Amino acid sequence: MRRLDHAEAASRFIADEKHEAFHDARLWDLRKKRDREAHGIPEWEELRRLASEIKEHTLAHLADYLEEFERNAVKNGVTVHWARDAAEHNQIVFDILSAKAAKTLVKSKSMLTEECDMRPFLERRGIEVIETDLGERIQQLDDEPPSHIVVPAVHKLRGDVATVFARTLGTEAGNEDVNYLAESQRRTTRPYFLRAEAGMTGANFAIAETGGFVVCTNEGNADLSASLPKLHIASIGIEKLIPRVEHLGVFIRLLSRSALGSPITQYTSHFRTPRAGAELHIVLVDNGRSARLGMADFWYSLKCIRCGACMNTCPVYRRSGGLSYGATYSGPIGVIIDPTFDIRKYSNLPFASTLNGSCTSVCPVKIDIHDQIYKWRRVIAERNQLPFVKKATMKAAGRLFGNPKLYRAALSATGTAIEDLPRFAIYNWFNPWGRQREVPQPPRKTFRQWYIENRTKR
Amino acid sequence: MRVGLFIPCYVDAFFPEVGIATLEMLERCGAEVSYPLDQTCCGQPMANSGCQDDAAPAEALFVENFKDFDYIVTPSGSCTHHVRSHFDAIPQTAEVKKVRGSIYDFVEFLHDVLKVGEFPWAEFPHKVGLHNTCTSLRALRTASASEIAEPPFSKPLDLLRKVKGIEFVTPERPDECCGFGGTFSVFEEPVSAKMGYDKVHDHRNAGAEYIVSADMSCLMHQKGCAERLGLDIKFIHIAQILNGARE
Repeated sequence: MRRLDHAEAASRFIADEKHEAFHDARLWDLRKKRDREAHGIPEWEELRRLASEIKEHTLAHLADYLEEFERNAVKNGVTVHWARDAAEHNQIVFDILSAKAAKTLVKSKSMLTEECDMRPFLERRGIEVIETDLGERIQQLDDEPPSHIVVPAVHKLRGDVATVFARTLGTEAGNEDVNYLAESQRRTTRPYFLRAEAGMTGANFAIAETGGFVVCTNEGNADLSASLPKLHIASIGIEKLIPRVEHLGVFIRLLSRSALGSPITQYTSHFRTPRAGAELHIVLVDNGRSARLGMADFWYSLKCIRCGACMNTCPVYRRSGGLSYGATYSGPIGVIIDPTFDIRKYSNLPFASTLNGSCTSVCPVKIDIHDQIYKWRRVIAERNQLPFVKKATMKAAGRLFGNPKLYRAALSATGTAIEDLPRFAIYNWFNPWGRQREVPQPPRKTFRQWYIENRTKR
Repeated sequence: MRVGLFIPCYVDAFFPEVGIATLEMLERCGAEVSYPLDQTCCGQPMANSGCQDDAAPAEALFVENFKDFDYIVTPSGSCTHHVRSHFDAIPQTAEVKKVRGSIYDFVEFLHDVLKVGEFPWAEFPHKVGLHNTCTSLRALRTASASEIAEPPFSKPLDLLRKVKGIEFVTPERPDECCGFGGTFSVFEEPVSAKMGYDKVHDHRNAGAEYIVSADMSCLMHQKGCAERLGLDIKFIHIAQILNGARE
């Protein structure tokens, strides 16, 4: 698998100034709103600590909680399926649909089904799949993956949406009125809700003690997807478990405040039993999660509640766009998850970070994201996945800095600081540096020379 | 009090005046300061790139140079952070642990160890924007970060407020990373430069004549950006202002 070039994709994103500026400002606005909400609650840091501890406890006893969840869900009349990986998940969903001769599936937003690449799998088998979340629908109609885990089309301006809708939904060309566009999506999606034989949701939280699950949305589309068709399938990653209902009091308070800076989502829907005359299926999906749980340094990423706060605050993400990460999960959380799927393909992503640590500070479940990014760099170097230039530059730098004589020769032989660095190092360092920045001018004397003249000779 | 002065490679090579100000300021406070002549680098660039084997010789040399001091002081938050919190490319002997426990960033050392109460020689009649580096903010915790719900505090501002005539301006995004990020600045050049451009514009729009910081690496990057943009803004290390620089 080819190594993904984040820097190159980012440069294309930045070149489009209007989009980049909007993207940065829009997400920064979410970050500011998040700050206002977080700072408005005196116990915010306490909530984060609790959430982190509940998640770590649950993950440490995950097998037990999963079985408890299954037992209770079955008692509730739910059919529970277990999927080892994406392929099994997709097949299970297809089999459930086939058994009911379902041809149309309305679904609400689910990063898990994106991760499993479910839509094309079902479409190839004759199932019509309709995304009903506005942002997700825009991305589906434009044949693009979501660029953000909460706001999937955040990289698009309303003019872009107007163009997509004119092409696919037949809206008036050039009409960029947001109300008109949203209403057009609503009108064209409604018939699918009525017609679909099956609906699908994800889940934000699955509760072991009740066998129920909770879906948080702002558009009500998940409730329509779950409540109109006679068949409701919920795909749930195994890390979504929490032990008890009372723990929702911690997570629900954190989720939307962290994600969008709103106290709560418009809809917080609890599902437990199938409706009268309807079926409810839950697919519990591993797809690499239990392997991640076994990784000493990296299992903490499983605490993630997919709020996207790390993406909103990330200065690199805001300026490079989610699609530049080339993976289902982008931004800081993507950087630490993606290499577990494919270390070679995503080996550049941990370097798409300044290690500034803002992600760690906003994370509602206190994942040490930037420390994990740092640790991934080591793993990537150890597994020999560094690009040649970086590897060779570090080798040269390591030799130079390990030897005072060599270092000084490089620095001061001609009295200027950079002239005598190995050509290789200068070429690789200052060429990209100087593309958009001035190169620092070496002074007449280094500090060391000044020190020798002014402190050792008196 | 024997203080070993660590001057990061880029300060040695490009900003000797920052090293001089740090040294003079420590001497003013009565510290017995020496600069080991065989020093090079703390190992951070290699370690931050994941290359532990390449970081090991620099780390070993660092210990050799600084093992006999009571304190190690450096005008760099990120080098301090590397030695204190990473620095594990070499075996963790008692000597290595001692070195790791004795390093202080310049601001921490003045504020927490020397507890310097006044800078009567210092006067800086300019509008300055403070750039808290990400490591100072979120690793060394020398100031409160805007993401964390906590009472505000700032060690660099505590020090700078004692300088005569200084005036502070606040940018829109005071905690936003400037995009330097060590090797990030070259391997992710497009994003790095864009972040730098946004940072210097933000300070300029707030009315800053100077951007002051406890880390010259961020300032080297921002200076390069401002010069390319033709922005009229200057850059200065906090040690220079506290040591009495007028401009």
